[in-house]
Amino acid sequence: MTKLALSDEILMKVEKPARYIGNEVNMVKKKPKDVNIRFCMCFPDVYEIGMSHLGIQILYDMINKREDAYCERVYSPWPDLDKIMREQNIPLFSLETQTPVKEFDFLGITLQYEMCYTNILQILELSGIPIWAKDRTLEDPFVFGGGPCAYNPEPIAEFFDVFYIGEGETRYHDVFELYKELKKQNISREEILYQISKIPGMYVPSMYKTTYKADGTLEAFEPAREGVPKTITKEIVLDFDKAPYPSKPLVPHIRVTQDRVTLEIMRGCIRGCRFCQAGMIYRPTRQKNVETLKQYAREMIKSTGQEEISLSSLSSSDYECLKELTYFLIDEIGNHDVNISLPSLRIDAFSLDVMKKVQDIKKSSLTFAPEAGTQRLRDVINKGLTEEVILNGAMQAFKGGWNKVKFYFMLGLPTETDEDAKGIPKLCETVAEAYYSIPKEERNGKISITASSSFFVPKPFTPFQWAPMLDGETYIKRAHHVKDTFRQQLNFKSMKYTYHESYVSVLEGVFARGDRKLSRVIYDAYQSGCIFDSWTEFFDNDKWMAAFEKNGISIPFYTTRERSLDEILPWDFIDIGVTKRFLASEWEKAKQGIITPNCREQCSGCGAAKFGGGVCFESKN
Amino acid sequence: MKVRIKYTKSEYLKFIGHLDVMRYFQKAVKRAGLDIAYSKGFSPHQLMSFAAPLALGVTSEGEYFDAEFNSLVSSEEFVRRLNEQMAAGMEVKDAVLLPDHAKNSMSIVAASDYMITILDTVPVGVKEQILSYAPHLLEKESIDILKKTKKNEKIEDIKPGIMKLSVESYNSARVISGDESFGLSGNMTEERGFLSQYADNVTVQDKLYMLLATGSEYNLKPELVIQAVCREIGYVYQRFDYKIHRLETYMKKEEGGLASLLESGTRIA
Repeated sequence: MTKLALSDEILMKVEKPARYIGNEVNMVKKKPKDVNIRFCMCFPDVYEIGMSHLGIQILYDMINKREDAYCERVYSPWPDLDKIMREQNIPLFSLETQTPVKEFDFLGITLQYEMCYTNILQILELSGIPIWAKDRTLEDPFVFGGGPCAYNPEPIAEFFDVFYIGEGETRYHDVFELYKELKKQNISREEILYQISKIPGMYVPSMYKTTYKADGTLEAFEPAREGVPKTITKEIVLDFDKAPYPSKPLVPHIRVTQDRVTLEIMRGCIRGCRFCQAGMIYRPTRQKNVETLKQYAREMIKSTGQEEISLSSLSSSDYECLKELTYFLIDEIGNHDVNISLPSLRIDAFSLDVMKKVQDIKKSSLTFAPEAGTQRLRDVINKGLTEEVILNGAMQAFKGGWNKVKFYFMLGLPTETDEDAKGIPKLCETVAEAYYSIPKEERNGKISITASSSFFVPKPFTPFQWAPMLDGETYIKRAHHVKDTFRQQLNFKSMKYTYHESYVSVLEGVFARGDRKLSRVIYDAYQSGCIFDSWTEFFDNDKWMAAFEKNGISIPFYTTRERSLDEILPWDFIDIGVTKRFLASEWEKAKQGIITPNCREQCSGCGAAKFGGGVCFESKN
Repeated sequence: MKVRIKYTKSEYLKFIGHLDVMRYFQKAVKRAGLDIAYSKGFSPHQLMSFAAPLALGVTSEGEYFDAEFNSLVSSEEFVRRLNEQMAAGMEVKDAVLLPDHAKNSMSIVAASDYMITILDTVPVGVKEQILSYAPHLLEKESIDILKKTKKNEKIEDIKPGIMKLSVESYNSARVISGDESFGLSGNMTEERGFLSQYADNVTVQDKLYMLLATGSEYNLKPELVIQAVCREIGYVYQRFDYKIHRLETYMKKEEGGLASLLESGTRIA
């Protein structure tokens, strides 16, 4: 058996030692000396979060199917272990073979949210890999970044050797073949990177140079060397049904955040909500064949012994064979020992029937995500959910015995007025009144409504990528205002309204649309102790503010400034299929409150059809 | 039909806590395709209960759980199918069918045998001191130790919980075969030094063996005994100077004495 990297003494001292010992059920075991490529896959957050992520399970399985490669895993050591590792000079290690990360050929880091950026620096530093890509030598692994935040990699560009733009299933094989070939030759790290930059989807930041105008916006973003592509087109799995998928996912020993097997039914979304980045970058929408999914469901339950299976997609109700799949799961997979979890379902007769079968009505609640309080603003964001639809669904559910409702909203959306903000409590009140219009004997006691709002953060590759964001104080003021309005409602005693501090949203706003100038800020914040920023108990806004100040970086430049349509945006070199022209027209339509039909109602010519698959060709088959 | 299963938990998985071990076996039983029974109600759970929780960081070759099955396979088949599903560090050793009226293992556990290995972080001289003093600990009138729980701490005499303390491996089968001198009174001073299957080498002078009360009535952790020995010889106790290994978990026999938990059942052909 592999010797553990940490001593018993250390493991007994830290919280949840099982985070660091690997050896989970379905873990892949290989001998490192038998492979040419050692890949360490990293989710830069704590084990329980990282182990809940589907993308890593997919790539872990895919890479390990290659005989010549061994993919292992690493997660962020919790601050208690971080401290010990620094004190005792223990290098960060992989879970599988407990080998130092520095000895790997590749370190692949998934970028799921902006607030994990300081954790990336922790991973690099604890591994003994130079934090700045330019300082690395052939002794260091090639550090790859991928995932949604790679669609604007610029704030962290100087920490990475390569960003993989798009879906991970397609190009790693090309990278590995090239690497195997180049490893035999005696060539420099820079030359290897140059060769990698020619593989589609690979962005090698060191091969590009940026120049800025006096006002801080981009003057030019150009390849620094002949042969390096000017534009990087995102990678996408066209034959989604045949895409690699793990039939034997890892089963953690300790409870993790998403402790279940996941069935990815669809990638992409036909809806086109204007704030949603996933809805744009994963276009065109692709579905899996229902028979394929049934097979995966059977295999995964058998190979894991998990108690729950969950569907994953951006909008499950839009999956065309949802009924067939759901009833299959209920009848054949779900029984006394497997629960079925169906997130992101539209509330209608079908979903209520399903929910009745798979959940305890007394415990479950109805979830709506209108995102905005008034129809006007919902039209602005192109959220096709109307008050009528909400009321219809809710009333059906109330008559079926439900009495708990959850609402998700955003505050600070473009064009939002006082009226829109007040619309949030008003919508809750309307639903409460509808509930009490049902005769007493036909309803189930008191209603309970929970509304929560998050602060809107404009994201690259959305129609709102040009939109100004509100500053932190204005956000909080709006939230207070909404809270006050809740108190004025007739049924306010049945309602609960929650919101978070705005500091983190502001920082997310900076990094989401940031440029390369921000890498110094992230570095300095990390050096001053910032880590696990997505955890409220560790987030330290003062340290962040100091890091901005030290580097003379203005936050409003990134957040509250409205960008003009002709500005060169830091992520413009990436082609996601959806054109900038389409996004601009959507931005214009948003300002006028004009909605755009979904992909199945009518093609709006967003540009994603150029990939030649998915929903764009559904009716043409 | 209730089946009692014996398993080992070794180095690799000693950092998985008791609740996670339970969840681990719930999944393993399903992967093995065994016909486990479920409770009724809206959120049914497997009918499974574990004998005696093992502290984090302790290894064992004498762990047990009971589970209710709708249909049976042979003992060999139980062992084989479960072992196909084990992660490195867990191994299923045996499975026996319990009579219908059998009490569950948790309620009948009475004692555990432990083997303590003193690691080389302890100087040779101190090691010798520990080993030469240990058998005399029970000569004391009382052994008062600060017992800490999550909620409070109190001084307690742990002597009644120590049934045996020896520097040589002894064969607890002696206990099982009903040696009358071996009750739960903790009054055991005789050493016989049988060579048991688990003692790798009795001449290596780094091991302490102890039989301690375990279970709901009275539960004594081996750490506290080592702590008491250290205190008597004036040496600072540190948990990681010692490897703690549970050799076996016992139940009390009706006629007195202790027996392996497997004795309640019969092997399934």
